[in-house]
Amino acid sequence: MEWLILSTFIPPLISAGLITLFFLRKPVIAINLAIFSVCISVATTSILYIPLSKLGELQISLPWLEISGFNGTFKFHLDTLSMLMMSIVSTISLIIHVFSIGYMRGDNGISRYFAGLNFFTFSMIGLVLSGNFITIFIFWELVGLSSYILIGFWYHLPSAADAAKKAILANRLGDTGFLLGILMVWGVFGTTDFDNIQSQLVHPTASFTKLGNIIALLLFCGVLGKSAQFPLHVWLPDAMEGPTPVSALIHAATMVAAGVYLLCRVYFIFAAAALVNPLPFGLVALDVIAWVGAVTALIAALIAIQQTDIKRILAYSTLSQLGYMVLGVGVSDPASGPASSMFHLITHAFFKALLFLGAGSVIISLHHKQNILEMGGLARKLPVTFITFFVGTLALCGIPPFSGFYSKEMIIHAAESNKFLFFICVIVAFLTAFYMFRLLLLTFTGSFRGHDSTKIKENPLVITLPLILLAVPSAVSGLAGIDQVLIKFFGGTIEHINLFEKLYAPFKFAAHSSWWGLCAAVAGVIVSSFLYLGRSEDLLALRLKSLSQLLVNRLYFDEIFGCIIRYSHELISRTMAWIDHWIISETIIGSICGSVGILARLIRLLQTGSVNTYLGIATLIILIILIWLLPK
Amino acid sequence: MDNQTKLIMIAPEKYIIISTILFCTGLAGVVGRTNILIMLMSIELMLNAGNLALVAFSQIHGLDGQVLAFFVISLAAAEVAVGLALVTEMFKLKKSSQTDDLKELKM
Repeated sequence: MEWLILSTFIPPLISAGLITLFFLRKPVIAINLAIFSVCISVATTSILYIPLSKLGELQISLPWLEISGFNGTFKFHLDTLSMLMMSIVSTISLIIHVFSIGYMRGDNGISRYFAGLNFFTFSMIGLVLSGNFITIFIFWELVGLSSYILIGFWYHLPSAADAAKKAILANRLGDTGFLLGILMVWGVFGTTDFDNIQSQLVHPTASFTKLGNIIALLLFCGVLGKSAQFPLHVWLPDAMEGPTPVSALIHAATMVAAGVYLLCRVYFIFAAAALVNPLPFGLVALDVIAWVGAVTALIAALIAIQQTDIKRILAYSTLSQLGYMVLGVGVSDPASGPASSMFHLITHAFFKALLFLGAGSVIISLHHKQNILEMGGLARKLPVTFITFFVGTLALCGIPPFSGFYSKEMIIHAAESNKFLFFICVIVAFLTAFYMFRLLLLTFTGSFRGHDSTKIKENPLVITLPLILLAVPSAVSGLAGIDQVLIKFFGGTIEHINLFEKLYAPFKFAAHSSWWGLCAAVAGVIVSSFLYLGRSEDLLALRLKSLSQLLVNRLYFDEIFGCIIRYSHELISRTMAWIDHWIISETIIGSICGSVGILARLIRLLQTGSVNTYLGIATLIILIILIWLLPK
Repeated sequence: MDNQTKLIMIAPEKYIIISTILFCTGLAGVVGRTNILIMLMSIELMLNAGNLALVAFSQIHGLDGQVLAFFVISLAAAEVAVGLALVTEMFKLKKSSQTDDLKELKM
């Protein structure tokens, strides 16, 4: 039965290979093959639900390297958490494959695109199923590679090529820390297997007591790169150069969630690290994680309120929500685990994919225009898109009974322990509602500000059906009981409440956080409507001129990084050049040359050409030899 | 006729002192003079000093020293023959008897 686990992610790989080798010029066959393989993944995922509910977990190990002291195997492990993630990844992937048929119609490289999407599906499902650090690292890198291929899909555009390069570089920086963390894990525990480490952590050893928090921080570095936390967040907005379905799949729903998934998977390491020697200033790794997440959420939300490209706004929204998820991991109680973050990850996957696909639908209708200041009044012309986008927006802002409210409320409730973090959560909730409604109102209400509005009409079913399919879980997944499953997985206790009670359960059990969150969201909606409903220009940009410019220019992070890199490289290369010229060439080699020269000139003095001198020297030497040999 | 003929034995150290003085004089002549004929004569002086030392020591160690002195004398004669032939060639080449004029190997 275990081999069924492999058949969830191997078919997309085979399909990607076949498309690349044979079907690059036959788009029809390529598309059908691609969608067929993802259907196999979805089907296998559903089939695997039955043995999983009976056995609790399934594993399969493929041996790879066995050297003394190092046992590298590919281990795939299916339990509740990975089953949840896998279902989301495969279904959203299938929906986006279908959407891409409509979006990428007419593009020359469409076969390459579907091969890339399949390769990404293979890598992501493989990552989700990984059972030890080696496997997860390999699939981590594969996911980064798929991202590079797909962001730089239109490679002849310099901006797209640069964006792909930036993504892979930022990822690589994070992965350096991640790899160091994995090596330290191997050194401290002797194994990289998750189950093994979890059982070893019941009695922590002395080396873990000393190094626990450092290991945790290094593992978090990988999350910094992959999930685009501050300061490595710069790649995600630029990644919008790729096609919109790619942004929906990779940079909203799945790949960027891989970091949060890692945090939840190996949460036991962070929980154990919270109990051992802390870092300087009494911090534990979980505190650092919480603050990094909070800072990311705040910065991204601030930048989003003044952006004008529809995809950039959604990208910064993703950054902000990822910050929320990471914050949720950081503030979660070590006894019960980060169920709140996983729950938010799942609901966020649905509504963010929906929002991106909705944006894609709008972009197609307007023939690839993306500036929201040139849109407006599209609600009447694109009704299905508008309704689904509205559902997604409400879910993201956290308005009950949509799913976002329940998952966000869980995180805000967990953040109550720290007043500053709670304050930041509430502010970000306000800003989220503000910029999302700004986006919604400027795009869909008012009158059209573009060039001609006669040719805009609703897109065909191949584009609108995915939107409808995603709107349903965005609306109801908060009530489906996923949070109960997650709390039980992470070791907390649950109470069984029926569906109707779930609607208002947050108000009963966590009144403080849910009322604050709801009021912040509603306040954001109201302020945004006041500024943008029915207007055609951005009032905020006119009132706060320089502050607005600061936000439009993304707080100058890219420029700061560019300067740092350029000046540090110059400094290092100039120092090295100085050392090479003055110390190595002149001093060391120069002294050797010079001393050989002096020695040669001294010896040359003996060559006088005079017979008498030669005789005298010969006599002297003979005398010396005799005096030495005589005593013997 | 005396039945007792007394041999006058002079202590060997005195011979050695004279031999040393003669040797050093010869050495000084070879190294210090530039006339090629004077250098040859000084070499002969050194050889003779060596002969004197040999004969002086044969008082103590037997007649081997005197036999060796004969060898040295004949050797010195042969060497002088060769040396004077070389001096003749040098005269033909340089028209001078000063070793200062043999400077071909100086850079």
